[in-house]
Amino acid sequence: MTEQTQTTACDKPDLLKVDDVTLQYKTPQHLVTATYKVGFTVQESERYVILGPSGCGKSTLLKAVGGFMAPVSGTISIHGKSISAPGPDRMMVFQEFEQLMPWKTVLQNVEFPMRATKKFGRAESRQRALSMIDRVKLGKFRDAYPHMLSGGMKMRVALARAMAFEPSMLLMDEPFAALDALTRREMQEELLGLWEQFRFTVLFVTHSIEEAILVGSRILVLSPHPGRVRAELDASRLGFGEVDSAEFGALTKRIHGLLFGQKLEAVAKGI
Amino acid sequence: MSGASLDTRTPQSRAPQPRPEFEREPIDASGVGDVERPLGFVERLTNNDAVRRLAILLVLGLIWELYARWIDNPLILPTLGATLTTFFGDLMNGVLIDRVATSLRSLLLGYFSGIFLAALFTTVAVSTRIGSDVLATLTAMFNPVPAIALLPLALIWFGLGTPSLVFVIVHSVLWAVALNTLTGFRSVPETLRMSGRNYGLQGIRYVALILIPAAFPSILTGLKIGWAFAWRTLIAAELVFGVSSRSGGLGWYIFEARSELETDRVFAGLLAVILIGLIVEAVIFRFIERRTVLRWGMQR
Repeated sequence: MTEQTQTTACDKPDLLKVDDVTLQYKTPQHLVTATYKVGFTVQESERYVILGPSGCGKSTLLKAVGGFMAPVSGTISIHGKSISAPGPDRMMVFQEFEQLMPWKTVLQNVEFPMRATKKFGRAESRQRALSMIDRVKLGKFRDAYPHMLSGGMKMRVALARAMAFEPSMLLMDEPFAALDALTRREMQEELLGLWEQFRFTVLFVTHSIEEAILVGSRILVLSPHPGRVRAELDASRLGFGEVDSAEFGALTKRIHGLLFGQKLEAVAKGI
Repeated sequence: MSGASLDTRTPQSRAPQPRPEFEREPIDASGVGDVERPLGFVERLTNNDAVRRLAILLVLGLIWELYARWIDNPLILPTLGATLTTFFGDLMNGVLIDRVATSLRSLLLGYFSGIFLAALFTTVAVSTRIGSDVLATLTAMFNPVPAIALLPLALIWFGLGTPSLVFVIVHSVLWAVALNTLTGFRSVPETLRMSGRNYGLQGIRYVALILIPAAFPSILTGLKIGWAFAWRTLIAAELVFGVSSRSGGLGWYIFEARSELETDRVFAGLLAVILIGLIVEAVIFRFIERRTVLRWGMQR
């Protein structure tokens, strides 16, 4: 197992490759182009953040990587294989608390993907689930049903469920947006703590510049209507310790400029 | 600007007075006693639904008994005591049990056939758009038709006896269950569907592991409504043509008692109808609810 990770770590192949992807979806009245010719690659153990204002198609992009919709043009491939359908190798964590199954306890929820896909046996699923539940500090609640838990705890369960499965990559769609500010900060730290321990690959969508810098090691900035790549930035040096640093502030400003500066430019050009 | 004039209403003059900040240890709360204390016995007793309802039942029974004694006409209104005596008498000699068994046999046959058909219909309806249109149209047409109105047709097609009963019961169950199940499936949150598909679940496994449990509150409502419809339909149908079938059910028992002018037996039959309805509702369905939707917090 360790050997394998080492060899893949050496030549650093692209785990996820998104190539010139244009995405469109239909509402009852309109055909909406969500992203236009977006391309990027995610490497193993990267915390890749897609950042952009609402309407930049970032969630749609994540759905396409999840296999829930096919690109109109361009290709998305994982491990060199084109993505055609949803699959547990790309485990999704959603923003909504409804992602947990209310009829299953915490333990059963965490076990479910492992059992449903038969990736792990009964005993191993149980053991992996228990250790991951302990890891996210929910040991006391493993027999509780989701409706008894707070928002933050539900998000921990969702995280544990995705992590215990050990997918090729985690897809997180604004996972902490529905939490209160304190809990959100706690969960961001939790996620980074887990990453320090397991070094998984995560594709993370957010509209918060601060969250992008804190959580991400690499940030893809999208411009809206339709979503197009604006920049790809490195944030691997910036974490919770650097929140007050000048570098953090400078990057925040730079992203802010990328996101909102262009609007002013466009207006100025228009005049 | 300086706020010197008295009736100035500028925002500046409404700014709060500056106050000193402070920090301190929380005050001693031992005076409160236990933070969480059990309620008193009487309060807990009156908070119990069963106790309150039983009390209402006792009062109603008392009113019945007193009123029946006052009008003193067993042909119109027998006393509660006389009704209970007949009820237990017929229960002991097996007549009532026999009647109930006959009724329940057709009922269960019709009920489960109805559920099976409803499952079939909804499966087609969730998987194709035309199927869902067909179900919506059929339901809109047939749901308002009282099952008993189809009885004449049933008699022409199936003749007297169980098949006709089953036909009308299926009609009364099918649409209620199908409609509720479809509504339930439709209201399963998109996130839950997506996470189910994320695990690679498809087809029957997706329906069984995600859709059915997620829609269970609606499905259970459908089953309860279907049961109530079926039970009413059955008794009504038996009252209409139980007369000429060989072994009648509970409806026939009531009908027979009426023609013999044994009003206490009519009441005993009605009591049996009520009791069975209550038992199914308050024991069986309540039990399922407590083990499922209530425990899961999907219903309060």
